[in-house]
Amino acid sequence: MHELPVIEKILQVVLAHALKNRVKRVMKIHLEVGELSDLEEQWMQHYFDHLSKGSRAEKAKLVIEKIPARLQCTQCGEIFPFVAAAEGSNVCPACAAKDCRLIAGQGYFIKNLEVL
Amino acid sequence: MKHDNSVDEIRLIEVKEEIFADNRKVADGLRETLKQQKTFMLNLMASPGAGKTSLIVKTIAGLADDIRLGVIEADIDSMVDAETVVKAGVPAVQLRTGGFCHVDASMVAKGLEGLAEKELDLIILENVGNLVCPAEFDTGAHKNAMILSVPEGDDKPLKYPLMFSICDVLIVNKIDYMDFSDFDLEKMRERVLRLNPDIKIIPVSCRTGEGIENWLEWLRMVSRQ
Repeated sequence: MHELPVIEKILQVVLAHALKNRVKRVMKIHLEVGELSDLEEQWMQHYFDHLSKGSRAEKAKLVIEKIPARLQCTQCGEIFPFVAAAEGSNVCPACAAKDCRLIAGQGYFIKNLEVL
Repeated sequence: MKHDNSVDEIRLIEVKEEIFADNRKVADGLRETLKQQKTFMLNLMASPGAGKTSLIVKTIAGLADDIRLGVIEADIDSMVDAETVVKAGVPAVQLRTGGFCHVDASMVAKGLEGLAEKELDLIILENVGNLVCPAEFDTGAHKNAMILSVPEGDDKPLKYPLMFSICDVLIVNKIDYMDFSDFDLEKMRERVLRLNPDIKIIPVSCRTGEGIENWLEWLRMVSRQ
């Protein structure tokens, strides 16, 4: 259910670009999805297939690249991976500071389209 | 002509577009307009049953004497919450999201129209009850708040990291249940702070009133800024 509004947005953007570029058919959609997203890839494709019926993007395949979540230390600038399920506080591996912020792993980004 | 036009070639089109960019633009516009009207908007998010409406009712009781308050209630398909809020004595608008499990900035804009003739200092947007979609959509609010209630468990920051990472304040509700559960407040605090070191954590019980004054104090402070 949560996939639906996101997929609707993706389809909107894709169709706008397809129209602008006089595309006959969209074959593949390359997406970057933040690792912190709770959306299921399989359901994203199902909803996409449903919503895109009869459009230029019908039967297009979503190619999803997961973008890992990363933290940055506010003290020394070190960037390191965030593991959501790991226990304990986020200590910077370089300087042991605890003040670290998420800088990647959120959001949805359409990179490019493979089209005919 | 050698070139055969009947064979289509696959081309690559660069898009490079953040899919929520247009929503964010509308949200930024709302934030600015509200700021000029000196109205502060708070986006309140939580799971169903965590106590969003109860907290709003407590907030009305604590602030309505000195702050002009309005509420936008977003619900998939019911009017129950808006009726409760109106009974508590402040103007409320009900947004039916028609099956959608979140509100976006343009839906909020419609809700604001419903409160337009009232001069308000503070608007609380009660988002749809879930911890997934509302975290993705900027509503135009100045601050994001979420409630986690004790019966839901202290592991929620591990399961819904995005929600905990975007909030300015976390209200831990139903602390009167603490004795009957294995909820570990310290462990939860640690899990939340590693996602979001700036978040303010306020334990409360809407039932007993414990901690509510701390919540009201935070709200008074941020809505004055």
